[in-house]
Amino acid sequence: MSRELLLNTVLALLLLALPFGAFALDEPFYIDLATRMVVLGLAATGLNLALGVGGLVSFGHAAFFGVGGYVAGVMATHAFNAEPIFAAPFTLSATDLMPVIWIAAMGLAALVALPIGAISLRTSGVYFIMITLAFAQMVYYFAISWPAYGGEDGLALSVRNALPGFDTADSLTFFLICYAMLMAGLAAFTILRNSRFGTALEAARQNEIRLAAVGVAPFRVRRAAFVLSAALTGLAGALYAELNKFVSPSMLSWHMSGILIVLVILGGVGRLFGPVAGAMLYVFLEFVLGGLTERWQLFLGLILLGVVLFARGGLVGLLAGKPRHG
Amino acid sequence: MSSALLVEQILNGLQFGVMLFLMAAGLTLVFGVMGLINLAHGSLYMIGAFACAAVAAATGSFWLGLVASLAAAAAAGTLVEVLVIRRLYGRDHLDQVLATFALILIFSEATRWLFGSVPLYLNAPPILSGSIALPGGGQYPVYRLAIILVGIAVALGLWLLISKTRLGMRIRAGENDREMIGALGIDINRLYTIVFALGAALAGLAGAMIGALQSVRVGMGEPVLILAFVVIVIGGIGSIEGALVGALIVGVVDTLGRILLPQLFGAVLGPAQGALVGGAVAAMLIYVVMALVLAFKPRGLFTGSA
Amino acid sequence: MSKLLAAGLLALTASVSTAALAEPVKVGMITTLSGGLAGLGIEVRDGFLLALKQSGNKDVQLVIEDDNGEPARAVQLAEKVIKADKVDVLTGILYSNLAMAVVPGVVAQKKFYLSPNAGPSPLAGAKCSPFYFNVSWQNDAMHEAMGNHANEAGYKKMFILAPNYPAGTDALRGFKRFYKGELAGELYTKLGQTDYAAEIAQIRASGADAVYFFLPGDMSIAFMKQYKQAGVTIPVTGPGFSLDQDVLGAMGDIALGVKNTSQWSEDLDNPANKTFVDGFRAEYKRRPSIYASQGYDTANLLLSAVAKASVKDGAAFRAALEAADFKSVRGSFRFGVNHHPIQDVYVREVVKVDGARTNKLVGKTFTAHQDAYVKDCKM
Repeated sequence: MSRELLLNTVLALLLLALPFGAFALDEPFYIDLATRMVVLGLAATGLNLALGVGGLVSFGHAAFFGVGGYVAGVMATHAFNAEPIFAAPFTLSATDLMPVIWIAAMGLAALVALPIGAISLRTSGVYFIMITLAFAQMVYYFAISWPAYGGEDGLALSVRNALPGFDTADSLTFFLICYAMLMAGLAAFTILRNSRFGTALEAARQNEIRLAAVGVAPFRVRRAAFVLSAALTGLAGALYAELNKFVSPSMLSWHMSGILIVLVILGGVGRLFGPVAGAMLYVFLEFVLGGLTERWQLFLGLILLGVVLFARGGLVGLLAGKPRHG
Repeated sequence: MSSALLVEQILNGLQFGVMLFLMAAGLTLVFGVMGLINLAHGSLYMIGAFACAAVAAATGSFWLGLVASLAAAAAAGTLVEVLVIRRLYGRDHLDQVLATFALILIFSEATRWLFGSVPLYLNAPPILSGSIALPGGGQYPVYRLAIILVGIAVALGLWLLISKTRLGMRIRAGENDREMIGALGIDINRLYTIVFALGAALAGLAGAMIGALQSVRVGMGEPVLILAFVVIVIGGIGSIEGALVGALIVGVVDTLGRILLPQLFGAVLGPAQGALVGGAVAAMLIYVVMALVLAFKPRGLFTGSA
Repeated sequence: MSKLLAAGLLALTASVSTAALAEPVKVGMITTLSGGLAGLGIEVRDGFLLALKQSGNKDVQLVIEDDNGEPARAVQLAEKVIKADKVDVLTGILYSNLAMAVVPGVVAQKKFYLSPNAGPSPLAGAKCSPFYFNVSWQNDAMHEAMGNHANEAGYKKMFILAPNYPAGTDALRGFKRFYKGELAGELYTKLGQTDYAAEIAQIRASGADAVYFFLPGDMSIAFMKQYKQAGVTIPVTGPGFSLDQDVLGAMGDIALGVKNTSQWSEDLDNPANKTFVDGFRAEYKRRPSIYASQGYDTANLLLSAVAKASVKDGAAFRAALEAADFKSVRGSFRFGVNHHPIQDVYVREVVKVDGARTNKLVGKTFTAHQDAYVKDCKM
């Protein structure tokens, strides 16, 4: 067993043990905290596909996170009020079934990512960073000024959506649902990275010309990666809305995009469990520092700076050494 | 809308553009020379505004405050360059984004620690207050004219600096070929520190000038930072003339969009609804323009070094 | 890890509270203490703490948390203070969007929530709750008051503007609910916009006889400065929270003479207000703001209820809150059936006193005013 595999196993078990420990100690709040780690970890795993494997530094993934969140929020609202989402040209009824919402969240995030990717991926480097930011800002301002779903006030979910056979209102059950989705997301990440597509994507990052020479268009590989990455982040957005029972434009803000990048770097860029480790550390830091001092952002900033300057490779890099390939 | 009002609005747009240029000039300079993406540029802008407000309050002189803004921002820039930024030049943009994102958090909370959370007082000096009459019956605030003049002076000064001086020669050499400049025996570390401090001083000046027009508070740099990035991306990152043109485009498009779109939508949807929808579209307009520009010219209008 | 966290929390709780004698009431205050929006949170907190200190009541234990102005973080902290700190009452949230995120979850868990600043319309109407009390105002109140005052002042053609977000559209709707004249123009600006040259040029050209603007925080500073620098002479009016202590210092003399509407003023003549203003200035060496007055009233309302009933007895505690049996700094104060204030609203004017800018009363425009949403509240 390699060191990284060992570390991943430990992290996965630690994350799983956390809510059960909290449950045993009758401290239900810490179950929600663990769920937050899981959901943010999944969102950052989505970004890791584009950023870590494909080298696409997207500063706009909050857009997909928020779109996923709004899918869950809008569905829940319409389902609760028993109104269709729209009646013309055909009737689209809402549902409160989580699997349907997950598929819709992934689908809509992918749909939004398609034109954004088509334009953004024509650029590279800083231009790519900035144009993804600009698109996310566009979605952000749209959400703020569109009154139907609360605008800046956001949208509250009266009750969590349903998963047959499970009590989603129960914190521990909801944690386990999210945990299962995270594991599924990580599995998808692994399969994609080890597939021919993943090899082509890494090649597109490392040597675009050679990839083109063997007859693969780098643009199409990147676009597929960008859309898949958006879909995963969108799925996490839907879960995040369910966790908070609330969705608002702040999920779409550039700060959120920044935090998603922070999670990936903090944990380790391109590493399977990097985003998960990053999310665990970030939520822990945010919570502990926030409890100790009003100036927690100052210390958070100092820690982030320390990681970039002195701990390249992030938490996973620090604990498991350099990756074997890539 | 009367033509005199339209002229005044175009002037407002140009002036807003010049304001954005003041902010964008330092950003694009630093990127052009060092290839560094600096999200903390907005923090240097904030430092300039706070220094100006503090010194103006202590001495009663806006002008001393302006000097202080240049000095404080340049000093902060030098410090940051030596301690942090210097380690980032060879890194990819990802590390730069994260490190300078962290700097935003640090600067914001440190400023709040020093000055508290209440916005500071900073107003234009008496000599620059009031308005002058425009031909055609409009009026224009003197202070905004002053900002236009300072913007033109900065553009001119940067152009002279880069094309006519020894420092400018080195900067151009550094933009074109980083190894070459080291081989020529130029102390590249010093050059980079100077350029970064210069960019910081420009941000500080912008913060002080604009702070007197808007408000001096923690976090003031963030919205204008994003606009400045839009400007330099449209113009072509690293290009000073691109930043100027990009800033004017953004300024005019944003201003006219804010005014005309609500009226346009109002004609179709009625005034109250039109104001809402038009306002919403106007808020997204500059990002649409940016996307259009990059769709056709993926490296901006004036291709700089990227 | 949980143990470590719990230890940290315990330390924090201990630092803000004192040993309880009888039956302590645990209060969770979630407010904005960091980031660009922190100023108002500090005011609410300080007003609240002053009231606790003056009362000498040792039974109220306060847990203070910083939401950084982020809805998701506020939701998380609400869960934390309810589940981990086991608080009975929550308060502190400043902004409507955060209140809309947090309050439904809090009242669903049958915890009391006292709002010291935000009053979004759904919580006053269809989504009102037996556990939710608003001790400040319904969001529309100040705007309705200025609409009413505009009629009294004889304005016939006003230009109105607000940012394009729910509180902004609510503001102008509230204004128009009472204003009877015609509109010279109606504008929704981008939220966070700080350059208003184009809007000001439009105002000047509109032929309006007065302007009403609702712009929160630094947006109001920027607007006022630019308005005066542009030399426009059309009188400008605003709600009290666009012209209060948090922004007056930064505006300086340009704000002098601007009329605004508020449920409170520093010079309101009643004993409770005198105790508050003097106490606040002695304790914190600065003038109190409208937000501090609301934090102070919130704490006093809570103390009055604690004195009458146990918080564990939900019905009795609710009845004690509904009675609002406390000396408000606003003078008259009582709750409507939707647990929102029925109160007087005044017109104030920005003046300079001892070199500092503050507001003085110039009149009362509403007596015992109630919000328009109470009819939608089924409770």
